[in-house]
Amino acid sequence: MVFASIVACKKDTRPNYQFMPNMYEPVGYEAYQDSDAFPQGMEAQLPAEGSIPRGDHMPFEIENTNDGYLLAKETLISPLDSMQIDSEKGKALYDIYCGICHGNKGKGQGKLVKREKILGVPSYDDAGRAITAGSIYHTIYYGKNAMGSYANQLNEEERWQVVEYVLKLKADLEK
Amino acid sequence: MKKSYQSLEDNSTNTMIQVIYRKLTSNFLNLGLVFLLTFSTSLIAQEGDPVKGKTLFNTNCASCHKLDKKMTGPALRNVEARLAEEQGLDREWLNAWIRNSAGMVKSGDAYANKIYNEYNGTAMTAFPQLTDQDISDILAYTAEPPAEKVDGPVPPIDPNQPPTGGVSNKLILGALAILFALLAIALILVRQTLNRFAEAKGIDIAKEDKSVPIWKAFAQNQFLVLVTVIFFLLASAYFVFGYLSQIGVDQGYEPVQPIHYSHRIHAGDNGIDCKYCHSSARVSKHSGIPSLNICMNCHKSIYEVSAETQQEGLDEYGVDYNAEIQKLYKAVGWDDAEQKYTGETEPVKWVRIHNLPDFAYFNHSQHVTVAGVECQTCHGPVEEMEVMYQYSPLTMGWCIDCHRKTEVNVKDNAYYTKIHEQLSKKYGVEKLTAAQMGGLECGKCHY
Repeated sequence: MVFASIVACKKDTRPNYQFMPNMYEPVGYEAYQDSDAFPQGMEAQLPAEGSIPRGDHMPFEIENTNDGYLLAKETLISPLDSMQIDSEKGKALYDIYCGICHGNKGKGQGKLVKREKILGVPSYDDAGRAITAGSIYHTIYYGKNAMGSYANQLNEEERWQVVEYVLKLKADLEK
Repeated sequence: MKKSYQSLEDNSTNTMIQVIYRKLTSNFLNLGLVFLLTFSTSLIAQEGDPVKGKTLFNTNCASCHKLDKKMTGPALRNVEARLAEEQGLDREWLNAWIRNSAGMVKSGDAYANKIYNEYNGTAMTAFPQLTDQDISDILAYTAEPPAEKVDGPVPPIDPNQPPTGGVSNKLILGALAILFALLAIALILVRQTLNRFAEAKGIDIAKEDKSVPIWKAFAQNQFLVLVTVIFFLLASAYFVFGYLSQIGVDQGYEPVQPIHYSHRIHAGDNGIDCKYCHSSARVSKHSGIPSLNICMNCHKSIYEVSAETQQEGLDEYGVDYNAEIQKLYKAVGWDDAEQKYTGETEPVKWVRIHNLPDFAYFNHSQHVTVAGVECQTCHGPVEEMEVMYQYSPLTMGWCIDCHRKTEVNVKDNAYYTKIHEQLSKKYGVEKLTAAQMGGLECGKCHY
């Protein structure tokens, strides 16, 4: 009976009671935590401008402009050599991030396009666009037209793996 | 000529009399063909098929243009008529622009340059592959009047209103109650009548002896009292234990989020992969709350849900999905009319649902990427959840259970080759569970 009455009072929109909360709640800052110590009152902050992640990450210096796009299209090439290209990994990432719109074959017929949620996704073998490794990378990094940037979902190496996979799909489409 | 030949073939089995008619029809067909050809050459640039045009528009233009709304490029409703009226530009100009806009900008065409600069120098993709007919079809589609909104004003929803199924249930229950009341009244009446009969006939109704009330009899029986007390103590201990052991367990926790986000629509209906938004689950400790730019990857162009989805949301969940998208725009500072970020953002205070105590360490990437565990194994059928809730208890017993049962996939994984050999020998098994690989060590999660 006691149990029943307590269960009846328990609301699902509110967390349950904790026993000895000081064992549960962290002393340090948790990701996304509220905090007065930072601007905007939250722990999550953008990295300082110009900061570079550790490791051998080189900043991407081509600008997010039409000229930058053309520059990338003509000059940028993949740093991966043939041994580093992992088309399984590229496919896995492509299917998660790109296939939903571009379709798993790259024809621009992903599930969202078929359901008419997002329209006008071009096929990779589109003659007017004539994409290259550099232009694909630039587009993933900054987005283009209606497509947004995927720079925060994929790291540099992953982006190049996806680029290689897109080129493979393009070659398959052009056969 | 092909047609007359065909009709000749079709009629070859017929009798001679029909020959005259056959010639007549073929003549007529020829005439029609000539007529059609002359007519179509004069009209080829104007007459377009709006149905074909819609398909072409959706594949080629819709990534940057909408009919009634500015997007990456301008709205295109009645574009041909508007250009002709306002700028005096004809179909030739449009054809040239569509096939090679960059070339026109370079050649110094005044209006081409104006449009080019108005849209921040975004060059329109060239479409050399579109034929005159294709362009006519597309322009015919853009010239169609906007479709009338079919759905009338949406009836406001009263959350207290019972679902429609409840009415008939209540009716049945009410009818049953009335039936029972009538039965009871009938029984009382029968009893009264029988009593009256008995009185009239002079029969004595035997009165019951006054016995000891049951509670007194119970109190007098000490053994029974003892058993009952023990029973109650045990039962309450059981429930108290049950209550205490669920303290700090948030299974079923279902907070109200600042923006109503439906996993059912995104992950279920549209089949977007969990890792599309929760990308850090692949590579880090946290699965991460997706930042709003990920929402905007799609919602930059999806500014309202389809009419059916909107209606479904209002009817079944009492949620106005379009208003929720507006909340997103407000938070991320997106001006939908101007298609620009205003820079005025306000962080969304999402309510965290899954939260392990500070003394337990959990790493998403180890489970998602290394072990290849499906998200649903722990998070339940998220793709069916309109409102996200905690599916698993996230207690230590629950973790351990899974570690005991789960066999580690060591195939084709060089990292495990050596340790697998040694441990298989130690435990005398072929397949190792996570527990046997050290998944029960205290220090794995508590340190």
